[in-house]
Amino acid sequence: MNDKNMIITGLVVFILIFTFPFWYNMGKAAPVPEPKLTEKAKAAGTCVRSAEYMRAEHMQLLDVWRDTVVRDAKRVYVNENTGKSYNMSLSNTCIDCHSNKEDFCDKCHSYASVDPYCWDCHIDKSKEEK
Amino acid sequence: MKKSRRTFLKIAGVSAIGLGTGVGVKPVLNAFASSEEHGQTKVELIKGKDALTAKRWGMVIDTRKIHSLEDLEPVFEVCNKLHNIPHHDNKNHEIKWIWEEKFEHAFPGEYKYLNDRIKHLPFPVLCNHCEDPPCCRACPTKATFKRESDGIVLMDFHRCIGCRFCMAACPFGARSFNFVDPHTVLEESDINKDFPTRMKGVVEKCNFCAERLAVGKMPACVEASNGIIAFGDLEDPESEVRKLLKSNYAIQRKSGLGTEPSVYYIV
Repeated sequence: MNDKNMIITGLVVFILIFTFPFWYNMGKAAPVPEPKLTEKAKAAGTCVRSAEYMRAEHMQLLDVWRDTVVRDAKRVYVNENTGKSYNMSLSNTCIDCHSNKEDFCDKCHSYASVDPYCWDCHIDKSKEEK
Repeated sequence: MKKSRRTFLKIAGVSAIGLGTGVGVKPVLNAFASSEEHGQTKVELIKGKDALTAKRWGMVIDTRKIHSLEDLEPVFEVCNKLHNIPHHDNKNHEIKWIWEEKFEHAFPGEYKYLNDRIKHLPFPVLCNHCEDPPCCRACPTKATFKRESDGIVLMDFHRCIGCRFCMAACPFGARSFNFVDPHTVLEESDINKDFPTRMKGVVEKCNFCAERLAVGKMPACVEASNGIIAFGDLEDPESEVRKLLKSNYAIQRKSGLGTEPSVYYIV
């Protein structure tokens, strides 16, 4: 047992290297992005559902929308609490108000590292308004 | 420390009570509570009030009114434009929703002495929206399906995996595969912003303008055809198409196959 010093030095070096990513990135966490609302979205006051619902469940909502539009020929979404009805369309309804895709959709999506493929086919109308 | 069976059971019991009173399960309970709150908003998914409906949409094409390809060009053009159909120079990559075909190709058979008019006439052909569509049987993901409400055979591009079984199954060649990303040839300025585009690797075809019917408009080809194409409910004896079929001799493509096409041709 004469290698005690060697083993301890080796262990220290190993732990330092192993934990390098943790202490190197300490305190550098990106701030949680806050989606920006356009003037039009602010003026509308309410989305198709409450803001909390949309924040948490917009992906499920869009999923239901696409299935009902494509398969059941139903294209109108009526929120009975507010009495408003909406055309269930990503490009024509969502992006009509939220015409700042980069600041509204992409910001959080890239923060959460999700890569929705909606825009492979659906048209981002906000693009040509700039 | 050695645990007897008795002490182990004691600790397990106390832990279970602790969990039950809500320390550990709080997040789970919260999740239930919040979903209940969401449930309070009542929503309804309905058809637009202007939507055109039918039991089974059908089309009657009066080929007597076609004199040359020029009569059909506006029809093809409006469809291509409206649905963001890419034009590929390579014939293998072609995307077709409605296009022209020679009689002997559209209606294959033995025609030794074909009448001159029919022989040189361009026939507009498209998806037949069959009553018993073989493409829907072949589709492994139900990406293509017959809409039960009105008989239109549709594509759900979200689900299409690009296996092309439907193309092999369709006896009319009405389906095209996007071998190339359509955005490589679609001009940004030509894109109809109200209709989605497609991506590489999905099959597409005519949709009987389902998106127009939903807002009370007739299919674009019908509007642009100058009376050549009639559109209506095949199940309604009073509809325009049924009246035309009653008073004129009309044929379907490959009716012997039993798919029962919804597109008729008056010859």
